[in-house]
Amino acid sequence: MRHVVVDCWARGSSLLHRRDPRAKIVALLVFLIALATTSRGLPLFACGLLLLLVAALLWARLPVWGALVRAGIVLPFSAVFAIVSWLAGDPARGASLLIKSYLSALAVLLVISTTPLPVLLRGLEGMGVPHFLLDVGQFLYRYFFVISEEAQRMNQAAAARAASSWQWAVGQRFRASAGALGVLFARSYARAEDIHRAMLARGFQGRFLLLDATRFRRADLLFTAFASLAPVVLRIALDRVSA
Amino acid sequence: MSPLIEVRGLRYRYEDGTVGLNGVDFRLEPGESVALLGPNGSGKTTFALHLNGLLRGEGSIQICGLPVEKQNLPAIRRKVGMVFQDSDSQLFMPTVVEDVAFGLLNLGMDSAGALAKARAALETVGMSAAETRAPYHLSAGEKKRVAIAGILAMEPEILVLDEPTTFLDPLGHRSLAELLAQLPQSKILITHDSRLAAALCNRAVFFEAGQVSAEGPVDMIVARFGWDLAWERSKLRS
Repeated sequence: MRHVVVDCWARGSSLLHRRDPRAKIVALLVFLIALATTSRGLPLFACGLLLLLVAALLWARLPVWGALVRAGIVLPFSAVFAIVSWLAGDPARGASLLIKSYLSALAVLLVISTTPLPVLLRGLEGMGVPHFLLDVGQFLYRYFFVISEEAQRMNQAAAARAASSWQWAVGQRFRASAGALGVLFARSYARAEDIHRAMLARGFQGRFLLLDATRFRRADLLFTAFASLAPVVLRIALDRVSA
Repeated sequence: MSPLIEVRGLRYRYEDGTVGLNGVDFRLEPGESVALLGPNGSGKTTFALHLNGLLRGEGSIQICGLPVEKQNLPAIRRKVGMVFQDSDSQLFMPTVVEDVAFGLLNLGMDSAGALAKARAALETVGMSAAETRAPYHLSAGEKKRVAIAGILAMEPEILVLDEPTTFLDPLGHRSLAELLAQLPQSKILITHDSRLAAALCNRAVFFEAGQVSAEGPVDMIVARFGWDLAWERSKLRS
């Protein structure tokens, strides 16, 4: 089975991967606030932030091009609103929306590509996010793989019987996809039940416990300070230059 | 000496009305290992799921003297280790060692203790080298060993193994049989493999249509129900 690329990236061992999840979450929040509240001189500031993110990707030994492409997944959604702004006579707002959404997605991608989701959830727990939300997140994560694996198995089974939807009419394709989705749901449900039983059999009481308790070290503090200050300092510097 | 497991008049009906178990009586004595044989859909797995409190039917079940009731489930799940047929359902943590430690952490053990026990269990099943690997990168035989390690780490008194040799090649099959033979726990083995049953168990129980239709020495039950793949092979050749 093929697994989600980002999940494989998160299993790395770079210095950035080893940082405490809380340090990365704080840095991400500062980054997002700095970006969201910028309007004047955005193109230059965005270039600076992009360079920072690329440097972080290189530091984390992640494929830069792959990450830049994957962050583009938000563009179709933000493009809709950008087009609306453009049609309303405000193309600058549209461009700003595209830039900000892309850089935000890239920053989030950087954090989740350097932090396995269970560890990230543990970091959020340490920052006071309610257990209920985190357990839902953990289950979603686990069952996402269940559905993905079932879909891959069904796809292989269909391919083995030489199924090729390209030759079909739109109506046929729609019916086949709807049927496949129904079967996928039923199979995933059955598999998820098996997994839940296996968890209960080993004493699961509704909360995921991790082996490694996260510890906030001095290196994490230094990282938080640097990563949080970098976008702020950059913005102040650009503001002074443009003034 | 009181039995490890005592089941009386166990009945279970699935939500769609299908009868899963129709009055099963069963005993497992200390030091004994029992094979559950029978056709697909005869109720073997349904029965096994009751032993861990995962299904709740009518009738009485006692595990080491404890009735299977909600308040006893944590203790019962510690005593009865369940190895599921499909290891992919059992392995869900990001790394092998975290998966093996999952049950220990649920029992309230601290991280250091859980890590030490998980490593010891992985050594028992010969999987120490895979400690940091992702479970989905392992072969079927390796996954099965890790799944067994996850159960052994909890130090159960009884092992319930649901078709443990499914998906294994002959070498993996042999190696797993050798591993299981070394484990000191009493075992309930659900299998279609009469030779594995004979190698690991003192007794066999034959299930048909949700009931126990016969029990006795493994060879006798296998002969009585023609439950031997060798017979099929010789028949097909002729």
